[in-house]
Amino acid sequence: MTDIQKYFAPTSLDQALDCLRDGDVTILAGGTDLMPQSQAGKLRFKRTLMNIRRVPELIGVARQGGDICIGALTTVTELMDNALVQRHLPVLVDACDHFASDQIRNSATLGGNICNASPAGDTLIPLLVLDARVELASKNKGRLNWRSLPLAEFFTGPGKTRRAPNELLVGVRIPLPEPGGVAYFHKFGTRPALDISTISIGIAGTLRRGALFNVRVAFGAVAPTVVRAPRTEQALEGQRLDPHSIAQVAEVARDEVTPIDDLRASAWYRKELIHNMTKRMLDHVAHA
Amino acid sequence: MSLMHDIAFTLNGVKRGATVRVDMSALDMLREVVGLTGTKYGCGEGECGACTIQVDGLSINSCLMFAVDCHGREVVTIEGLADDPASGRAAALRDAFVEHGAVQCGFCTPGMMMQASHLLDKHPHADEAGIKRGIEGNICRCTGYKKIVDAIVDVSKQERGA
Repeated sequence: MTDIQKYFAPTSLDQALDCLRDGDVTILAGGTDLMPQSQAGKLRFKRTLMNIRRVPELIGVARQGGDICIGALTTVTELMDNALVQRHLPVLVDACDHFASDQIRNSATLGGNICNASPAGDTLIPLLVLDARVELASKNKGRLNWRSLPLAEFFTGPGKTRRAPNELLVGVRIPLPEPGGVAYFHKFGTRPALDISTISIGIAGTLRRGALFNVRVAFGAVAPTVVRAPRTEQALEGQRLDPHSIAQVAEVARDEVTPIDDLRASAWYRKELIHNMTKRMLDHVAHA
Repeated sequence: MSLMHDIAFTLNGVKRGATVRVDMSALDMLREVVGLTGTKYGCGEGECGACTIQVDGLSINSCLMFAVDCHGREVVTIEGLADDPASGRAAALRDAFVEHGAVQCGFCTPGMMMQASHLLDKHPHADEAGIKRGIEGNICRCTGYKKIVDAIVDVSKQERGA
């Protein structure tokens, strides 16, 4: 059942932020998570249902100086088809290619995938290793407030983020990868389509003389949120990628994650997957 | 008492209005408010594709879309695909599905044809692998995939004059 007392479809950011001021608002974008969660009774609607799909400030992908800015309403299909994303952030295209099905990619938005805060969210792993920042806007006493924080600090638990109830996720800002930058994504599921990751892995850095520098590693579905893996990053930093160092890094990765048993896999199996797939990905980087 | 909302949109080429519950899916609106039952309820959570429709030219799961979000948009259902003689697409798909025996119980067929049509619009040169990839969000529980893929490959070839 629903307690919705008001439906509102703002046509500007200003209207949307005004509506959000009392905080008792459920935000609707693509609907692909909100609809099944509400129908299954996992989510209770707040007093106002606000459909942000017609807010122009949340639409579009643009280069701003040294960053790529992606609007929260960008659908997964639009991300895959965008020339800037294809050219500068191919790892994000790769993750989108593993995202659900064509029908869901046509509806689901990047902002929704972030705010749904699933520990297995497909776009979150590449965004983490690309050092994405989330941009949040709110309005207080007629003043527009902007806040930006690293995506790695945004998630606090399954379905939970640091977004305040009066804030709207406007988009993400991703620094252009440095020259020589590489980034890889691997999703392990039991079938290619419509699968929730058993585990997922992102690895990025700058490849110089057979070693990775400025290393970023992220894992999905092994903790209450997607996570960066600082110990694995440290083990990998500046190491020449040979069979010995790769084996060591894979062991650090296995020991760093703390997954749970659930219907998709046991904790033990997830740790083995993290070990074996990290090794496989690094073998691939070493031979690239 | 659920909150109701008036929307105006284009359905299968015709402008119309509807009064819908704000938490209602586009699928429920089509079947229960508008009375077009060609679009099927399969799983209700976007896994099976039986409810596939096209909105502003893109295929989507109508079970995941809020009906209120149809406001101002162009919605096409299997009934609209069937009514468009200009493209000849529906007739070609229907004939190919019949010829290849791609319909068994038929429950997935409207969704399959809507997705196939979108796939052929977006990737006119899709090969068999591309077609399999394109319909990965559509489940046929009779497991008649080979015949369905063959039928879509056939239409793709016809449209390219191959």
